[in-house]
Amino acid sequence: MSTAVIERPKTRPFAWVQQSLTLAWRNIVRIRQNPEALADVTFQPIIFLALFLFVFGGAISQGAGWRGYLPVLLPGLLVQTVVFATMGTGVGLNDDFAKGVFDRFRSLPIARISPLIGAVLGDAVRYSLSIIVLMASGFVLGFRFQNGIGNGLLGMLIVLLFALSMCWIWVWLGLKLKTAQGVQGIAFLVMFPLTFGSNIFVPADTLPGFLQAFVKISPITYLVDTERALMGGGALQKPLLITLAWMVGLVAIFAPLAIRAYRRRT
Amino acid sequence: MTTSHQVAIEAVGLVKKYGATTALAGVDLTVPTGTVLGVLGPNGAGKTTAVRILGTLLQPDAGHATVGGYDVVREAGKVREIIGLTGQYASVDEDMSGRRNLAMIGRLLGYSRSQAKERADELLERFELVDAGDRIAKTYSGGMRRRLDLAASLVGHPSILYLDEPTTGLDPHARNGVWETVRDLVLDGTTVLLTTQYLEEADALADSLMVFDKGRVVASGRPAELKAQAGKQSLDVRPAEPAHLERVAAIVTEAVGARPSVDVVNTLVSVPVSDGTSMPVVVRRLDEAGIAVTELSLRLPSLDEVFLALTGHAAEERPADAVLEGAGR
Ligand SMILES: Nc1ncnc2c1ncn2[C@@H]1O[C@H](COP(=O)(O)OP(=O)(O)OP(=O)(O)O)[C@@H](O)[C@H]1O
Ligand SMILES: [Mg+2]
Repeated sequence: MSTAVIERPKTRPFAWVQQSLTLAWRNIVRIRQNPEALADVTFQPIIFLALFLFVFGGAISQGAGWRGYLPVLLPGLLVQTVVFATMGTGVGLNDDFAKGVFDRFRSLPIARISPLIGAVLGDAVRYSLSIIVLMASGFVLGFRFQNGIGNGLLGMLIVLLFALSMCWIWVWLGLKLKTAQGVQGIAFLVMFPLTFGSNIFVPADTLPGFLQAFVKISPITYLVDTERALMGGGALQKPLLITLAWMVGLVAIFAPLAIRAYRRRT
Repeated sequence: MTTSHQVAIEAVGLVKKYGATTALAGVDLTVPTGTVLGVLGPNGAGKTTAVRILGTLLQPDAGHATVGGYDVVREAGKVREIIGLTGQYASVDEDMSGRRNLAMIGRLLGYSRSQAKERADELLERFELVDAGDRIAKTYSGGMRRRLDLAASLVGHPSILYLDEPTTGLDPHARNGVWETVRDLVLDGTTVLLTTQYLEEADALADSLMVFDKGRVVASGRPAELKAQAGKQSLDVRPAEPAHLERVAAIVTEAVGARPSVDVVNTLVSVPVSDGTSMPVVVRRLDEAGIAVTELSLRLPSLDEVFLALTGHAAEERPADAVLEGAGR
């Protein structure tokens, strides 16, 4: 033990920022180690796009063919893709927790929120990737931003931010539920009605009354409207404001719940 | 970073229940600063539960504990600043290299990038993981993972270290390495709480021992005290010639006043004694009879025997891969 001792530094204010970034970095390193774990944000969006476009496109757009359906479908599918990607955050976190690294984190003098923010920020990479893959596929098939490239990019940013807000639900459930399978089970139970019971694939007014009532309060609807307005055209203000309100609300409710679940989990 | 307290770890009446299972049923313990406490006990005795409570990973249902003078529940953050914890199950990130695992912890503790890297290199060196340092931990053998885990708990120079079965699954060489490390740390003033299934390990490292059974402390004291408490000494005589066994047995019977057990396989005559007074008599008689012996000893009971006497059952079966017993001194 002749080496000079590198003293442990004193804890500083805002240390949690550095800690969160370190843990986000960890998650990104892990992605590079297991690239196959990216299947859900790379191949899945492509397959979904192909399926919905070519299988339902003709029937839904009535005569306009899949080319006519693409500008409507793509912004909607973008929303569905990131919303599905958010549940991966919960499953991954639960899995991670079961492996014991979190015992290490919890025995270190770091902020309670850091591992959670780290997980979310790390997953921002996955979300971004899914957005880019889907938009690129759309472009290959002939999709173009009709409302200026700036608005188009803003649309991509907003959908990313929405994912980062919504994923706190899954962070919370991921910590709350015992197994990753449990998280996945609940996720599918929620995700399918939430995304298919919406204006993503068909106009909301073709839906039966009870569904329309649901669609009117679902944040998915407003996010889809926002995206369509930014990428294609149409009224922006109302859906955008409602979407932003939902984002704030989701974080305000589920981030504290997640932290509490993290504290209690043993 | 030594604490000014004389007592590094103190627990009073710790209770932890899991549903119907009582993992800890009121445990008191005190570890003076700079010493090693060895916690022994069979599977399910509550060792890990105690370590997790003292390591702030678990909250007790009753009782309280202070570590370095800080309450483990109310001042958990302060406690985490002075402890290092190597749990029973490895808590390294399997998807990252050993070096990155250690550097990450350094960064989390607030080291600069270069300091974290330097500290990681230092620890890889110390635990003989330099060659494997850049491989992901998933590819490590069980023993290497264990060592990495131990290294991870040392990144921040903890003044109080918990080691939950640190050498389970290690080969004798690696185990000796861990023992060396623990001894070095203690020389530097670190307080260590160590749980183990291996009586030999506790005997080798610990200043004092505690035996847990079913969530309670069934015995505690210095290793020698425990041995004395649990059983008598025994007088062992091993003749050089197996043919002399019976004559040696007769001499011992006469000197001690009790019939010894004769182990033909190991050529050993052994009898329990309360003290060493019969020893010179035996030596003289053997000399007179012209019998050469290869061993003549007054032996304290082994900790295995102590363990059996204290808990009423033997220490659990060792896993087949652990080549620990008898490998040491
Ligand atoms: N999370 C848990 N849920 C339910 N029961 C538990 C849990 N953790 C421990 N127990 C129970 O508490 C008791 C004590 O367990 P503990 O892990 O502390 O024992 P131990 O002395 O470390 O055993 P070992 O030598 O096998 O590691 C056991 O009966 C165990 O089954
Ligand atoms: Mg244990």
